[in-house]
Amino acid sequence: MTIPPLESPFSESMFALTLALLLLAPLAIAGVALLNAGLGRSRSAAQAMLGCVTILSISAIAFAIAGAGLSGTLGSSAHRFQMAGKSWDWLGAGPFLLHHFSALSPQAQFALLFQFLAVALAAFIPWGAGADRLRLSAGCVISIILAAVAFPLLAHWIWSGGWLAQLGVNFTLGAGFLDCAGAATVHTLGGLSALAVIWIVGPRKGKFPREGLATAMPAHNAIYVLFGGLIAFVGWMAWNIAGAILWLHAPAAALALIAINTLLSAAAALLATFTVTRIRFGKPDASLCANGWLAGLVVSSACAGIVTPGEAIFTGLVIGVVTPLLVEVLELALSIDDPSGAIAVHAAGSLWGLLAAGMFAPQPCQFLAQLVGIATLLGLVLPLVYLLFWLLNRVIPFRADADGERLGMDLYELGGGAFPEFVIHRDESYH
Amino acid sequence: MKYAGLLVMPAGFFLSIAALVLFSDPALRTTFVVCGLAVELLGLGVAVRGHMEPRPKENSPAARP
Repeated sequence: MTIPPLESPFSESMFALTLALLLLAPLAIAGVALLNAGLGRSRSAAQAMLGCVTILSISAIAFAIAGAGLSGTLGSSAHRFQMAGKSWDWLGAGPFLLHHFSALSPQAQFALLFQFLAVALAAFIPWGAGADRLRLSAGCVISIILAAVAFPLLAHWIWSGGWLAQLGVNFTLGAGFLDCAGAATVHTLGGLSALAVIWIVGPRKGKFPREGLATAMPAHNAIYVLFGGLIAFVGWMAWNIAGAILWLHAPAAALALIAINTLLSAAAALLATFTVTRIRFGKPDASLCANGWLAGLVVSSACAGIVTPGEAIFTGLVIGVVTPLLVEVLELALSIDDPSGAIAVHAAGSLWGLLAAGMFAPQPCQFLAQLVGIATLLGLVLPLVYLLFWLLNRVIPFRADADGERLGMDLYELGGGAFPEFVIHRDESYH
Repeated sequence: MKYAGLLVMPAGFFLSIAALVLFSDPALRTTFVVCGLAVELLGLGVAVRGHMEPRPKENSPAARP
């Protein structure tokens, strides 16, 4: 697959289609929010959902004020430096507060709208990982950091003609780093931010007792979790197709295949997770199956616009096997308390998808371009977000105090629970 | 341990970028980029290890009933 030149200007039908897809894409955000709330505890469910709405709002405003200018769009002004005879485009230099928006082409306007949605989804991921102990104010400042600093950097490098996108031109590495629909900018960034948040806030109280195995803290509502996965699927198809139109300049004839690849990847991942948990535990695990399904969708974000249906099934099968095993290893062997499975689903899923995109793309040296992109994500983005969160934690403590965990985040932060008519079980781990 | 691993990770990134700038042969580039990734994974492993919750060993006094 080679990236065709941008259709300029957009035909009316392509304009209408892209707009419709971008209006459907927020369903992916809604699905992830529902899934994260269901995976947490019932006594923190209202805080989890309110956090999602707040994070969506704050990330949108932070991105409009600062992020959009730093991220830019294809062909917009940028900061560059010269090294080894090459131009390294590292940061957008657009005006703040979207002052230039009306002067942009429709494609560029859609690209910015896509980025608004992408930054919100990226900020949801660490919020879900810190469920049951991360304070709402901490979730808000994390989303500001992601929307105003980390996401714009990555989005500029990958989507707005930055140095990762230019790897093909500057170093003859395929078509440059390929990320069709936010696997790197949304899911790897979100997954690595989740890891940083988990490291900083630590595990939930009672999760890793001094004696014995880790305490099981199951999802409080499997219906939310599975229904969230289904809603996310609708949004994901729109997301992947819109991404392929905007970043791969996919023609109309290629769009149905992208939707099919998205479905196949998620389906294969679900079936693989279903089988693994059936073998491993004797019965299929609903929460892990939802995580497997979502991991398949995440993989499709990286390669649905590049692979064939057979390859989409293969990539889904691999992540479907890896996800439940990785969730178990992270929890039992590495003492990482990740209630939403963000690291296994978003970080591991997206990294595998980006690798697979390099493996299956026909351009020579595309795999190396993907490796360089992954090296950037792991070697630069993870330490950067960890450093920023660590500094922020000094000013605004991320973790709720012991009372917050004992009462539940709903009572502690909101003064009322999500399910006021239900009796909430007492947590034995505090006695 | 916590922070040492995170400090090692950017070294892997710079190794990968240096490979692009210094070599034109794809095989050499790939080798060095893979080495850079290996350094990053090493750093990630150290950081994960450093952040693990301290748990008593099986025969330590804290683990005895």
